[in-house]
Amino acid sequence: MELLVAGIGTVGAEKIMETVLKKAQLTGVDIDFVMATGYGRRNFDPAHGELSELSCHAKGVLFKNPQVRTIIDIGGQDAKVLRINDKGVMENFMMNDKCAAGTGRFLDVMANILQMPINELEKRAELAEKPAKISSTCTVFAESEVISQLATGETVENVIAGICNSVASRVAGLAKRVGIKEEVFMSGGVAQNGGVRQALEKELKVPIKWSEASQMMGALGAAISAYEQVKKRGVLNE
Amino acid sequence: MSNEVKKKSPPDPNSAKFKLGKIATDAYVDAQAAKDRGEMVGWCSSNFPVEIPETLGLAVCYPENQAAGIAARGGGERLCNISEDDGYSNDICAYARINLAYAKIKDTPEQNMPEPDFLLCCNNICNCMIKWYENLAKDLNIPMIIIDIPFNPDYEVSDAQVAYVKAQFMEAIKQLEELTGKKWTEEKFKEVMEYSGRTSRAWLAATSEAKHTPSPFNGFDLLNHMAVMVTARGKKEAAEAMEVLHKEYLENVETGNSTFRAEEKHRIMFEGIACWPYLRATSTGLKSRGINMVTTIYADAFGFIYDDFDGMVKAYCNVPNAMNLEHARDKRVKLIKDNHVEGLLVHTNRSCKLWSGFMAEMSRQISEECDIPHVAFDGDQADPRNFSEAQYETRVQGLTEIMESKKGGC
Ligand code: SF4
Repeated sequence: MELLVAGIGTVGAEKIMETVLKKAQLTGVDIDFVMATGYGRRNFDPAHGELSELSCHAKGVLFKNPQVRTIIDIGGQDAKVLRINDKGVMENFMMNDKCAAGTGRFLDVMANILQMPINELEKRAELAEKPAKISSTCTVFAESEVISQLATGETVENVIAGICNSVASRVAGLAKRVGIKEEVFMSGGVAQNGGVRQALEKELKVPIKWSEASQMMGALGAAISAYEQVKKRGVLNE
Repeated sequence: MSNEVKKKSPPDPNSAKFKLGKIATDAYVDAQAAKDRGEMVGWCSSNFPVEIPETLGLAVCYPENQAAGIAARGGGERLCNISEDDGYSNDICAYARINLAYAKIKDTPEQNMPEPDFLLCCNNICNCMIKWYENLAKDLNIPMIIIDIPFNPDYEVSDAQVAYVKAQFMEAIKQLEELTGKKWTEEKFKEVMEYSGRTSRAWLAATSEAKHTPSPFNGFDLLNHMAVMVTARGKKEAAEAMEVLHKEYLENVETGNSTFRAEEKHRIMFEGIACWPYLRATSTGLKSRGINMVTTIYADAFGFIYDDFDGMVKAYCNVPNAMNLEHARDKRVKLIKDNHVEGLLVHTNRSCKLWSGFMAEMSRQISEECDIPHVAFDGDQADPRNFSEAQYETRVQGLTEIMESKKGGC
């Protein structure tokens, strides 16, 4: 699995299709079923079906980890917590409300003002002695909070740990409302960030699993459900 | 699959839709006519006992109803901005912001209503109402009559609460008699009570037809028809129109028709006030997935059935926003069970703090008791700036997929 970044909108998705097919030395006719997911899913013409990223993340995660019962997915634009029943099916979910606080975009903005790549945040958070308190929900206000904390002499490490805690506490609120059932798995891009993961484990008092491929779980789920659709029809291309 | 009911054009004047629409429109026309005749007219909050002005023969308009109309026709943001420029916080209910702006500008292309000579306010719906009406009274320099019906923390309405509220009803009648010169008669009250009972019974009966699968109606119909339940329950025409509505739904059950013009694949309950600026987006998001919103708490809330003055007082103490969480939950659980609801869609309405506030815990309890998924989306009844269609779509699709998988699909 590989992550390709191709911008936003359906043009990005089309470009990715092209790249993937080329790499796999396939053409469009070799593909029986294209499942679209994510925010542009309804507008992607080449798709034969569409499935929400909620179901896709659930499918992807459960394919690899069937014993998971709670999935925390923090992506770029939203944060969601999914509850999985004993049959391995999503039975409820909760998403962030009001704004982008507690999402990957919040971390992007913070990394930007700290002038460091986003994957640097994890390493620096580990060095924190006493995490700073970033209490503002609003991303823009939190930005000014970070600047003023740094201006008053707070260490960058403590501020970064505070930023991770702030994301974790927003998402932990959602998770508690859905009800935590072990095992807990974290998918989505923010799963790569150990600072947020550890802060979440502390808040929720449960171990949280993740994988290097956490960010790809949605795509994996979409591929699995496309496969299921084709199997249902009983015509698989050789 | 339900057969489609063909769109009738021009509208059939004998249809419930036509009759109910006419009652809602006439309310504004009649109030303006009364004003033109030199009579005093009022502005009235939606859960103020409509029986009082109706019995006294006073024309009143409902600012919440007008604000919903303005928002549905695209004027919400414009009027909210006027109030905000005057210093009202963006956090205040958008109905209040729209109406306070209207009280200032007095003219909108979307929906006008006559200037008030008095205000009738009741806080059984929320306390924002009190400050909103106080400001109106001050700005327009007119009297405000208030009935205080506090939130009831107990399951049942106590005799003490009835006594407290009844004394205020009596006082409000007295104040209005003195102010307007109109007279309360028991005979007229009886007549109003009778019509109100007939209208309510027909409404309850019509909405309960959703127990059939497929439902004979699209639940979005209720959001429109309820305007009559709020403003005109005590009128003869309202009783008659609601009875026609029930008859039409019964006919639909018999013939397999429905005003839901798609295959009914899933049945949900919608919680909260409609997102008026995005009515089309929110209803299409459901319909395109074969989801019929078969019921809402309005189905129960406007069943004002009582036999005497005390019964009426008690009914007004028992409106949805004034009752405790357990009572409110049980009413919804009943609607869900009676109407075979498979999912709950909650509008976290940024305007309505009270209603949205208790929904988080209530939906959790409902979901557990009825074993159905519940999903919430952010929005606003009248301020278009608090809604994102893409966010709504994702949540509705997630809900659909859970309902599908529970049925063994997907
Ligand atoms: S806050 Fe809610 S109950 Fe109060 S007026 Fe606004 S919409 Fe109605």
